[in-house]
Amino acid sequence: MLDKTALTEMMRRMLRIRHFEEAVINLVERGEIVGAAHSYIGEEAVAVGACMALRDDDWMTGNHRSHGHPIAKGGNVRTAMAELLGKRTGICKGKGGSMHLADFSIGILGESGILGSSIPVAVGAALGSRLQGNDRVAVCFFGDGASNEGAFHESINLAAIWKLPVIFLCENNQYAVTSSFKEMVASDNISDRAAAYSIPGVLVDGQDALAMHEAVTQAVARARSGQGPTLVEGRTYRYYDHSLGLGRIVRDSYRDDDELEQWRQRDPLDIHRAHLIEQNIATPEELDALEAQVKAEIEEAVTFARESPYPDPSEVWEDMFADPIPLE
Amino acid sequence: MAVKSVIEAVREAIREEMRRDPTVFVMGEDVGARGGVFLATQGLMEEFGEDRIIDTPLAEASIVGIALGAAFRGQRPLPEIQFSDFVWPSVNQLIGEAARSCYGTNGAVQVPMTVRIPYGGGIRGGLFHSQNVETHFFHTPGLKVVTPSTPYDAKGLLKSAIRDNNPVVFLEHKKTYRLVRGEVPDGEYTLPLGVADIKRPGNTLTIVSYGLTLHYCLEAAQEVAPEGIDAEVIDLRTLTPLDRETILTSVRKTGKLLIAHEDNVTGGIGAEIAALVADQAFEYLDGPIARVCGPDVPTMPFAQTLEDAYIPDPTKIATALRRLAAY
Ligand SMILES: Cc1ncc(C[n+]2csc(CCOP(=O)(O)OP(=O)(O)O)c2C)c(N)n1
Ligand SMILES: [Mg+2]
Repeated sequence: MLDKTALTEMMRRMLRIRHFEEAVINLVERGEIVGAAHSYIGEEAVAVGACMALRDDDWMTGNHRSHGHPIAKGGNVRTAMAELLGKRTGICKGKGGSMHLADFSIGILGESGILGSSIPVAVGAALGSRLQGNDRVAVCFFGDGASNEGAFHESINLAAIWKLPVIFLCENNQYAVTSSFKEMVASDNISDRAAAYSIPGVLVDGQDALAMHEAVTQAVARARSGQGPTLVEGRTYRYYDHSLGLGRIVRDSYRDDDELEQWRQRDPLDIHRAHLIEQNIATPEELDALEAQVKAEIEEAVTFARESPYPDPSEVWEDMFADPIPLE
Repeated sequence: MAVKSVIEAVREAIREEMRRDPTVFVMGEDVGARGGVFLATQGLMEEFGEDRIIDTPLAEASIVGIALGAAFRGQRPLPEIQFSDFVWPSVNQLIGEAARSCYGTNGAVQVPMTVRIPYGGGIRGGLFHSQNVETHFFHTPGLKVVTPSTPYDAKGLLKSAIRDNNPVVFLEHKKTYRLVRGEVPDGEYTLPLGVADIKRPGNTLTIVSYGLTLHYCLEAAQEVAPEGIDAEVIDLRTLTPLDRETILTSVRKTGKLLIAHEDNVTGGIGAEIAALVADQAFEYLDGPIARVCGPDVPTMPFAQTLEDAYIPDPTKIATALRRLAAY
């Protein structure tokens, strides 16, 4: 079971994501963040519950909804925020932006905006562990929408036949832009698809960080001990529109306010907070203090990002090849 | 005549062709009730129903493959790839299958399919929402490639593409969607594929471009005009078929050529045009063939300074024009 430190850390990381994302909304509205920014608010328990079941040296890949994953894995919010503002000090030196927080220092092998394409990369990282004889596992995060891409099905079959240490983690927030997964996925649950590949598939309450943690802990144990992959589906909901910037051309009517309200009633941060208080792990005052601390941390990250310089135009040429060749 | 945006012109072309021909149907991600992320198909599901405006799961390879199969069986599919950066899973179906269907069956099979793809950058889309993909299709025999720059051209060319019995990759520069507005006739019209358009007549040098960059070329031509540099600006409109005659005629008149495009410089459309002119108008040339193109990096980086460094903008084009005019 998780001790007090871990349970509190879980809360801290969820708060970090929430306040990071709220700062992002503000910066998008002010025009300081331009382009697409996909909010993770409402889904915090999925990434945090999962990542707290990993070791620091485990691998992870993600997708376009990419702010929550690095923060959940313990990443630095300053360099993440700087990347969103396209600054030199950002994780990818401003080249990537919101959809590409590839923080290799914490085992993130890339957050790709091309859906499905980072799934085989996680399988490859797991193959690397096998070939190198270590027990590092790989987790790939992807949405309900991306689970319909061919790359997902090819990868999960390969990982299953080779019994690779990989966890397929579907963040089922039930929509892909405007398309409901109920219309786009033939089975009732995405986790049901595991049966076709003869691996375990588990459907988890994605609003409950502890439930996510437990499911992923089991999947990790299975992977580390050489028994192969697991498909974990965290059922969750995004509170905001698909994207805050690009793509938000009209407000969508694809889901109704009641549905959103029902999910808000089961807010992942509220659920975890209530748990900590009920179990006498933390007092409301302590949790308020933690939140204040996180808020200050995010404010500082915004300041850092704002004050950081833009990349020099000449950097457009940088890092093209491992051994630089003359370009022009 | 009414002034319309590029996206409105695209939507009108789709609507008119769907009314005209019941075999035309649209398929793609979020194209139905939402009308596509850029709203190219807004309101069309209400008019044509879910059988002809089909929402698909995320599955680009299958979207194009299924469209291809339907085309074999007498439908006229109009699949949409949400952004050009996501076309790669479907390239097997486009380059591997569609492009060689007619050739490989000795003409027994026709592919009346038009794949619409919003492409290009300058909108801070970063590494995954900015890409220029045209060269890959331009390089592939068997595909027609259309790259309109204005609402008038977009509508007339899209209607022709839909009626064409070959696979057409129809590339809409997404920055032009709302930025570029222009007159569109009220009545029915089409524009032939394979005919370039002289957007600005001139005598001192020739500029060849297409898409968003065409507008930057017009701005640059305007900027240098008071200096006595009278540029002729050719809008290719379609890359395949390429209107070689219009390019050669202009270069034979002006003696100087500059090609500008957003796609990467190496092996790009500009390289092909330079080879064409070197081959067939060499003795008319009065200066080196100049190119102002995207640099050879994978795609547009996100940061404003880096995106600016990438884009062939009016300033860079004007600088190259002055250098070329000085010869
Ligand atoms: C290959 C590919 N196709 C289409 C898109 C455009 N797109 C971006 S996000 C998205 C929906 C993704 O839905 P899901 O996988 O459920 O993730 P969510 O946004 O719900 O977190 C789509 C269609 C893309 N980025 N990549
Ligand atoms: Mg989703």
